[in-house]
Amino acid sequence: MTTKVKPKLAVYKFASCDGCQLSLLDCEDELLAVAGEVEIANFPEASRAVQEGPYDLALVEGSITTAHDAQRIQQVRKDSKFVVTIGACATAGGIQALRNFKDVKDFVSLVYAKPEYIQTLATSTAIADHISVDFELRGCPVNKYQLLELISALLSGRRPNVPTYSTCVECKRRGTVCVMVAHGTMCLGPVTQAGCGAICPAFNRGCYGCFGPKEIPNTTSLSSWLKKEGKDNGQLMRAFRGFNANAAPFRKESECHE
Amino acid sequence: MSERTIKVDYLARVEGEGAMFLKIKDDKVEDIKLKIFEPPRFFEAFLRGRDFREAPDITARICGICPIAYELGASYAMEDACGVTVGEQLRELRRLIYCGEWIESHILHMAMLHAPDFLGYQDAIRMAKDHPDLVKNALRLKKIGNDIMVILGGREIHPINLCVGGFYKVPQRSELNVMLDELQWGRDAMIGLIKLISTFPMPDFTQEYEFIAMSHPDEYAIIEGRLISNKGIDVPIKGYDDILVESHVEHSTSLHSHVKGRGSAHVGPLARYSLNFSKLTPLCQSVAKDAGLGKTCNNPFQSIIVRGIETLYAFEESIRIIEQYEPPEESRVDVQPRAGTGYGCTEAPRGICYHRYTIDDSGIITDAKIVSPTAVNQPTIEQDLWQFVTPNLKMDDEKLQWHCEQAIRNYDPCISCSCHFLKLTVERS
Repeated sequence: MTTKVKPKLAVYKFASCDGCQLSLLDCEDELLAVAGEVEIANFPEASRAVQEGPYDLALVEGSITTAHDAQRIQQVRKDSKFVVTIGACATAGGIQALRNFKDVKDFVSLVYAKPEYIQTLATSTAIADHISVDFELRGCPVNKYQLLELISALLSGRRPNVPTYSTCVECKRRGTVCVMVAHGTMCLGPVTQAGCGAICPAFNRGCYGCFGPKEIPNTTSLSSWLKKEGKDNGQLMRAFRGFNANAAPFRKESECHE
Repeated sequence: MSERTIKVDYLARVEGEGAMFLKIKDDKVEDIKLKIFEPPRFFEAFLRGRDFREAPDITARICGICPIAYELGASYAMEDACGVTVGEQLRELRRLIYCGEWIESHILHMAMLHAPDFLGYQDAIRMAKDHPDLVKNALRLKKIGNDIMVILGGREIHPINLCVGGFYKVPQRSELNVMLDELQWGRDAMIGLIKLISTFPMPDFTQEYEFIAMSHPDEYAIIEGRLISNKGIDVPIKGYDDILVESHVEHSTSLHSHVKGRGSAHVGPLARYSLNFSKLTPLCQSVAKDAGLGKTCNNPFQSIIVRGIETLYAFEESIRIIEQYEPPEESRVDVQPRAGTGYGCTEAPRGICYHRYTIDDSGIITDAKIVSPTAVNQPTIEQDLWQFVTPNLKMDDEKLQWHCEQAIRNYDPCISCSCHFLKLTVERS
């Protein structure tokens, strides 16, 4: 009889809020089952025990904002068979990518008494800007069920079932009345990738783009509709300049309203 | 002459990126540092130019474990700036979702991050093999906290239903009532969990602290109150900057906080419990007594028990709020911007979390300051390490290292929070 060798999982953190890796610990009903299928080999937030690589699957949270992290991510790639980014920071640079639109030196002089202690890059960038990535899971935070789907898909050698259509599809399926049509509420649903379950419109507010741009988003059209609803350039710029500000379609659209 | 160096390059079972450095020479501690190398994210800088209504959602991203502390702290500050008060049932709902955050965060820390230290396991997964009921019950308890977040907030992490003025949508009674059975199970299960935790081996380590917490005449303060301490502080929230100042030290990307003219401060469960014991429910008080706690607690290792008492309180409080709930007619109070500065502070699971914003006439943010509880506790953690290591130098390196890690985890440090980057007011000379 042979003993099944469990695939080794590593979880890495870069500049982030910890929320996406917390999603794994928030799988209260599934956590022990997941731990039964994979060897949690390197997950400092959960365990003191760290096993050496190589790893079968690396989940990477956070964006690259320091020279040290830009080097560290190279080692993650070398050590891992699959590298999957989890969340808006790792996939688009996160909210901290707002620095990309300003001179970071102004930020430093604004907040530091001793800037010489601080080492930071001028930009916050996605993991895929630095290494080749096997899959990017969207969300601020990720949806924990998509995370479980992703892990089980990769472990069984199939492609994860993660749709790239818009939040509107989920919203219609949920039976929510469109907040934009009915109330003129600013909503990024038409250009945002599904995945959260369209929760914001179900709570009477517009989508604010946590899951980043959908496949081929028509941001120009959405902006012109929002302008007809009376939204000004400042509002449009800030709407696209959120948690996925550095994702190309959102970045370009926000620059149209500067 | 002998020299020992103990280094932990990447602290485990804490939220965020930290390290510990310990230098011992000739049986004397020469240097101890809790190093924080979490990359800065500049929240205070990029909040400038944003609309005041965006602050709750943006600042939530400082921390995935305690987003409510940021969403509500920012909301209170903006409401203060605009001269608006959010009361009655909306205030009760805010307390309810905060109870959800306390439950999920405290249980995560107690059972998954801290308990393995006391029982000698590398992590909760390994601990689950020998103590399956402990871990399974803890996961169920944690889930109840998260259920409150989902039902009231839309999701566990970065809830979407909170806004300046209240909520986008308030729940019907029936939506909250479905939680009552689980909450009642949770309240009873907490009593068992606290009893179990009180049997854990506790290092004898009593320290003198200046405890700072919020205090309210009618309730165990979570979302509203004055800032008080056991050394005479008693100020409104807007007096925060008069009592606590920050400084920038080389080994940390999180600023250190100190009480003005004195020393370090201790915030979080031990501070709240020791300053507000009389506001706990009779059940909490009697369970605390049975667990061996007095009316104050100065042993940081016992924080795991105190977190248990606070979690029990959060269960009782959630049940009370849901049983008395009447849906308000409006989901939020209308808040119109006006130029000015507003202050907000709430009790995050790890302690007071302070926000201050200045906005202009049109509601655009022109200045922001946010101080996380871990920034306040950081110098206190280093002091604890000095006090703990000095009498325990005979321990071998591995044991000493693990105990030091445990002493750091006593504070449930949230390093992601502490390094969002604080605006600096004073330099350390």
